Amino acid sequence: MKKLSLFALLVLVVRRDLVLAMRRRADVLTTLIFFVMVVSLFPLGVGPEMDMLRKMAPGVLWVAALLASMLSLGRLFSADYLDGTLEQMLLAPQSLSVLVLGKMVSHWMVSGLPLVLMTPVLGLQFDMSMQAIAVLILGLLLGTPILSMVGAIGAALTLGLRGGGVLLSLLVLPLCIPVLIFGTGAVEAVTSGLSVSSHLSLMGALLVLALAFTPWVTAQALRISME
Amino acid sequence: MAINWFKYSAPTTFYGLAGKLIPWFAVSAAVLCIVGLYIGFVVAPADAQQGEFYRIIFIHVPSSILSMFLYLIMAAYAAMGLIFNTRLSSMMASAIAPTGALFAFISLWTGALWGKPMWGAWWVWDARLTSELILLFLYLGFISLHASIDDPRRADRAAALLAIVGSVNVPIIYFSVQWWNTLHQGSTIKFTGTSMHIAMQQAMFTMLVACWLYAITVTLMRVRSIILERERHTKWITELAEVKA
Repeated sequence: MKKLSLFALLVLVVRRDLVLAMRRRADVLTTLIFFVMVVSLFPLGVGPEMDMLRKMAPGVLWVAALLASMLSLGRLFSADYLDGTLEQMLLAPQSLSVLVLGKMVSHWMVSGLPLVLMTPVLGLQFDMSMQAIAVLILGLLLGTPILSMVGAIGAALTLGLRGGGVLLSLLVLPLCIPVLIFGTGAVEAVTSGLSVSSHLSLMGALLVLALAFTPWVTAQALRISME
Repeated sequence: MAINWFKYSAPTTFYGLAGKLIPWFAVSAAVLCIVGLYIGFVVAPADAQQGEFYRIIFIHVPSSILSMFLYLIMAAYAAMGLIFNTRLSSMMASAIAPTGALFAFISLWTGALWGKPMWGAWWVWDARLTSELILLFLYLGFISLHASIDDPRRADRAAALLAIVGSVNVPIIYFSVQWWNTLHQGSTIKFTGTSMHIAMQQAMFTMLVACWLYAITVTLMRVRSIILERERHTKWITELAEVKA
């Protein structure tokens, strides 16, 4: 067998998961539709005053993105767990952390990136300024990968448990609070004419931290769950 | 003579030791609690600005401190259980969790009771309140993850990993919430002297020690039950006097 470099391995896993996701497009679409639906429910719940909606928009979009990513996390490992692929991955001579990182990247591309691409339209529905929408998108681009990565730890820990979905949200949502705070904080800063760099830098720092540690922690969690 | 430091790290020996220690901790917790409450509610003078309302701090502050420390201690025990594979450490971690959650809840509850007359609201979205609430969520996550895994060893290890991730995240959450909003008054007890009346200090300190002793008592009681439950198939359990009776 040819020896794979770590990067080639990463690309391989990402490509495999993307192909699998494309074979079941409905799953991807459900997450996106859920996101759009939750966001659209808010004006119906709180009333159509544009001033209030404009103020609420970043929080609403971020919370909806958080919930949407929770929704799709259950699927991150479950299919591979059920058909035995995950066991093979654990036995593989390649680094499990890199395999896990590949799964995180593809999870983000399937369930995080579409939400980011949808955000401008929803932002316009809430009458956000172009500048605010740009910052919101930048924040989501930095923040949604963190949600996928931190969520993967929870998904690995709750693998194969009864009531896994609700439990997963219970474990992961408190850990995602900093992302929510910095993401919405950046938009509030730009709308009140302040610099956004501090919020976005902190978000970037969190992303780097998550990149460094979560694949390893998730790999350990998978080993605990599969033993 | 060489001392065997690890003698009490086995559930078999610790069970007996815990049984002997519990009465001491329980009695001293009860005595200190009565003394602390007496000083706090009778001896200590009313506060110049807050009147009688401030007296709730004698319960509020110790339980807030305990809720935070217990999380760290729980995570440390859980980490020990994960790293050294010692059964007792994991049992201690799961014995501490409910007490920690209880203190977090009491701290939020008493905080709300104090907030109504002082700030005019039961709840405000202030940094400390919010992070205490998140701490309660972290405890609940630990407890429910442990409860939903049937195999106790897998439950221990999974919950341990969660506790460690949580404790790494606690400072990040704390500072992010801090920058987000701040209304809560700063700490009154500082290392460089304090602005409190001496009786208030005594009451607060006595209550803090009482809470610690209470936490130790119930943790030991709970860990004894966990040992009994998990080791019920072993010979030494069936030979215990209280099991035979």
